[in-house]
Amino acid sequence: MKFKINIFLKKGVLDPEGKAIENALLNNGYNKVNNVRVGKTISLDIKSDIKSDALEQVTLMCKEMLVNNVIEDFEIVPSEEDK
Amino acid sequence: MRVTIITFPGSNCDRDVSVAIKKITGKNPSNIWHQENEVPNCDLIILPGGFSYGDYLRCGAVAAHSPVMKEVKNHAARGGAVLGICNGFQILLEAKLLEGALIRNSGLKFVCKQVALKINKQIHSPFLHHFKQNDIIHLPIAHNEGNYFADSETLKQIEDKGLVALRYHISSDGNSFNPNGSINNIAAILSDNGKVLGMMPHPERYVDNELGGLDGFEFLKSTLEQLS
Repeated sequence: MKFKINIFLKKGVLDPEGKAIENALLNNGYNKVNNVRVGKTISLDIKSDIKSDALEQVTLMCKEMLVNNVIEDFEIVPSEEDK
Repeated sequence: MRVTIITFPGSNCDRDVSVAIKKITGKNPSNIWHQENEVPNCDLIILPGGFSYGDYLRCGAVAAHSPVMKEVKNHAARGGAVLGICNGFQILLEAKLLEGALIRNSGLKFVCKQVALKINKQIHSPFLHHFKQNDIIHLPIAHNEGNYFADSETLKQIEDKGLVALRYHISSDGNSFNPNGSINNIAAILSDNGKVLGMMPHPERYVDNELGGLDGFEFLKSTLEQLS
């Protein structure tokens, strides 16, 4: 079962990379752009056909290691490729 | 005085720390690999600087889950002293031995320079025993993710408990102040019991006048004296 985990810096945590990209976009004439945030995506495969089990494992690994809850938020998205 | 230094894949200050400890104590510290499941009985564990696991995932995040970290946590839980320098500080935060996080420098640049640091001595700690409140020391920093962050509630607790050990301070040249955007100018923090210290500056790099100064020598020497 495939999953994608989207990780972003929490609201209120400075994202200097997002800010730099936003400024570059504004300088290039995209003057309606706002709130650029840079995150990352982790895709993975769980050897299980039971969705609730797989989801529980992915959630646990996010909380224990993949995501730092001091600064980051995450969302788990079951991957389209599985459909 | 028994010191253990842990090397992770990508650590690059482990040898510098060893040389500094040898210079101060006359004895070689134990150097162990992160895959070890046991840490020799010791008075101080040092997690050195570097780029453990190439800073993959987040700085220190993968190293914080190394086999040896279980023993480092046990050592800390028994009241043992742990010092994390630079990447070692990042590992201590990721291992939840200290509170908060270190994020990208606000200026987006790797910063490598000498900084002035003000001692904040509000709790008893072997790392601060030698110093007086508001003493100024000079040490070098070299990092890309040294911007200390904690949410407002955690930050208040840290400040109320007096756990900030070092703050960036305006030096005589006037331009070393807060090199990375750290909240409340925080450069180092302690655990509640004062025995675990995470610091971005590198004391092991200032143990010789030929290399820039002796403040790191004094800092490490006084710490080792307190712990032996």
